[in-house]
Amino acid sequence: MKLTETLTDLANPTRFLALTARILPWLAGATAFLLAIGLYQSAMAPDDYQQGATVKIMFIHVPNAWLSMFVWSVMSVAALGTLVWRHPLADVAAKAAAPIGAAFTFLALVTGSLWGRPMWGTYWEWDARLTSVLILFLMYLGLMALWRAVEDPSRAARAAAVLTLVGAINIPIIKFSVDWWNTLHQPASVLRMGGSTLDKAFLWPLLVMAIAFSLLFITLHLAAMRNEILRRRVRSLQMMQASRVSFTSEAGAGSRDAGASKEIGAA
Amino acid sequence: MSLGPYASFIVTSYALVAAVVLLLIVWIIADYRRQQARLKEIEASGVMRRSGRSAADIR
Repeated sequence: MKLTETLTDLANPTRFLALTARILPWLAGATAFLLAIGLYQSAMAPDDYQQGATVKIMFIHVPNAWLSMFVWSVMSVAALGTLVWRHPLADVAAKAAAPIGAAFTFLALVTGSLWGRPMWGTYWEWDARLTSVLILFLMYLGLMALWRAVEDPSRAARAAAVLTLVGAINIPIIKFSVDWWNTLHQPASVLRMGGSTLDKAFLWPLLVMAIAFSLLFITLHLAAMRNEILRRRVRSLQMMQASRVSFTSEAGAGSRDAGASKEIGAA
Repeated sequence: MSLGPYASFIVTSYALVAAVVLLLIVWIIADYRRQQARLKEIEASGVMRRSGRSAADIR
């Protein structure tokens, strides 16, 4: 009941803007604080007995990889919000999340590649995990292109929501690709049945970095949603401005026509 | 803290993540300022929201 009331309250963009204006500075502060701790712990983490110091890449690669899937999941819930519940902020949330998700996915791909070169001897391999994440990245770009291609935000929202839900099929494929197929990429070592296989010296910095990056996403997402609401206000005011200009010019033309017909009648 | 023979891979990874995250932050702040400026510009021309409240006022 409480959650439903909160969601209904947040359906009002003005209330959402007011609430996020108060929350954002605290979120940004918490993100910076946790990032500082996470980076310090990552720097102090010992070398791995096999990978040496390259294990430090894990502390930024894994949070980005998690977020690449998490952001698409958030967009999928938002897509349901657009298609099923018709929540006014659902498509705003989906549109604002796409570029941020694309950035995290890009970082997961590149840091993975930079980690793979010294460990696997190659920057890239067409195995199931790497290929499915590349597809996810391309889907993010496709979604962003779709939002730009359709001018009317409500029409774009429905098309994007359908595409997002279809693309959500890729998320379990990415997650379980390392179990279903024989891949160069290692199997899950943190979120797995039987608990994490990581030593605590690596697990704690990784968890702190994961929480810090999740907070970073929430902060950036809320800020981008505020921008999107303002962009829609600009659009509606511009339409009001345009309709006012056309009404004025039509009224002007109408009075000129009336004047002309009077002149014709007088002649 | 020694990064070993693969230091360039580690440093490049961290630098790239920092650069992209920074770019995202700058882009979002710049976008916010751009939308606020456009709203103020439109309102200065006399077009107001139906509620009569300023669209740029978000508190």
